[in-house]
Amino acid sequence: MDYSAEKLHEEKVFKDPVHRYIHVQDRVIWDLIGTKEFQRLRRIKQLGTTFLTFHGAEHSRFNHSLGVYEIVRRITDTVFVGRPEWDQEERMLSLCAALLHDLGHGPYSHSFEKVFDLDHEDFTKAIVLGDTEVNQVLSRISADFPKKVAEVIDKTYESKLVVSLISSQIDADRMDYLQRDAYYTGVSYGHFDMERILRVMRPREDQVVFKQSGMHAVEDYIMSRYQMYWQVYFHPVTRSAEVILTKILHRAKHLHEQGYSFKHKPHHFYSFFKEEVTLEDYLKLDEGIVQYYFQIWLEEEDDVLRDLCARFINRNLYKYVEFDPAKEYKKLTKLSKLFEKAGIDPEYYLVVDSSSDLPYDFYRPGEEEERLPIHLLMKNGELRELSRESDIVDSISGKRRTDHKLYYPADLVAGHEEICELLD
Amino acid sequence: MLKDHAKIIHAIALSGEVIGRKKLQKMIYIAKKMNFPFQERFQFHFYGPYSEELTLRVEELCNMGFLNEVKEKKGGYYQYRYTLTEEGEEFLGENDVDMPQLGNCLTDINTQNARFLELVSTILYFDNLPQGEVKDKVQTVKKSQKFTDEEFETAYQYIESLKGQTRQ
Repeated sequence: MDYSAEKLHEEKVFKDPVHRYIHVQDRVIWDLIGTKEFQRLRRIKQLGTTFLTFHGAEHSRFNHSLGVYEIVRRITDTVFVGRPEWDQEERMLSLCAALLHDLGHGPYSHSFEKVFDLDHEDFTKAIVLGDTEVNQVLSRISADFPKKVAEVIDKTYESKLVVSLISSQIDADRMDYLQRDAYYTGVSYGHFDMERILRVMRPREDQVVFKQSGMHAVEDYIMSRYQMYWQVYFHPVTRSAEVILTKILHRAKHLHEQGYSFKHKPHHFYSFFKEEVTLEDYLKLDEGIVQYYFQIWLEEEDDVLRDLCARFINRNLYKYVEFDPAKEYKKLTKLSKLFEKAGIDPEYYLVVDSSSDLPYDFYRPGEEEERLPIHLLMKNGELRELSRESDIVDSISGKRRTDHKLYYPADLVAGHEEICELLD
Repeated sequence: MLKDHAKIIHAIALSGEVIGRKKLQKMIYIAKKMNFPFQERFQFHFYGPYSEELTLRVEELCNMGFLNEVKEKKGGYYQYRYTLTEEGEEFLGENDVDMPQLGNCLTDINTQNARFLELVSTILYFDNLPQGEVKDKVQTVKKSQKFTDEEFETAYQYIESLKGQTRQ
């Protein structure tokens, strides 16, 4: 029997707080979930350091990946099936890409990527295409199937419709993470009527469009996204924890480069320090391992590394003040000198961090933002860009909001009057 | 502390003037592929490699008054022209950027047209594929551009010449 069409004897279901149940009937999907590379996602938190702000946010990339798969399954099996614009041959490809789209995320990805110059999308491709259990499962469908999955995730697959299911301004990835992150953080934002959105989705050659009658549900989704970014994803306390985490990694790398002798050899990090990370090294690292090193680095001789790890583990985070880089960059130089004078290394203890979000963008011909806009399908069959029909969306379209903050350890600067005055 | 901002200002200062957001994106991407240490992350979009982080950085630099952005109408759409302001020069004076050879590389790229840079940057995006596959891939994702064999040939020669320049 054709492996891609093979069904399980009995449907498997995962109980899920967001979608109630996640249904698996396809043998391929069941086999992919069982691979060690996919199971690793249980050990990578979806929201990184957010749990230090919202204590419920301990959910993993495993939950989210199943959720994205479930949304795409509903779209392909109940909304798109039988429609002439949809090629049901693309179903399995869409499901696999949905399930595997975050496979290359590592522990605390954002900090790791910044410090060690990595890209989780490269690792997703490497896992899909490399010598892995995931690749073995996908290759059973056909020799070129892993490549197609990698192309969908990379947004270079020939069918833009398939790509847009997982990556666009309204896609299964975002629909899952907004609801899931809202659920686990406990905030009241992030909720929207996904059932309604799914019911009004229609496939077109290059993208998914939405019947005009579902416009208000789409508006609600855009506003949820807007609120979640500023209330949860860019929460300054979470950013403070991420700043410290990034600095721990910088410090450990710096010490290694200086020939520092760690009391406990950080074997798992050596290839990261050298920026020669193999897929095997990458897959060995998860949040359990990283937290273990942070614990043992509490016993290191290096004051900075020890202090930063203690701050992260005991949640003794940096304080922050608003910062306007245009008007205050000279103040930053001054502060940096004062920190040095006070024996506080500004490289690790004085950090500007910026957050920025563009909640929705429309298409500007000839120039980028390069985001495919959301199109409404009007009763007469015409397509209209969302912000032209919706006043609410129009009011936030193309408007980027940026926020800069200056982070520092309040306990270390206390008593240094000049510094405190400048930070007030 | 604002080192990544300084690198972009430095790049525009070396180029004198950059016309078009798309062109700026391609210039920084190509320079990054030539191993200049820009930190902005690129993903594949309609016009080829594109960095939202770079868009944001440039917008910030305009808001900060370090870059001057002039919006001008060209045919049916608007394009943007970027130059350094006096404040930008002052900022750059306070933030050393050490990227020798970048000037030659960017000056050269800046003289090329947007279509050619789109092809060059897309070829570079797929440089992990065997060369034989790259062309097919570029033709698939850039169907509407209908790049010719001659353009591919010129693009490959151009990439080699850039690599030669940056190796010096």
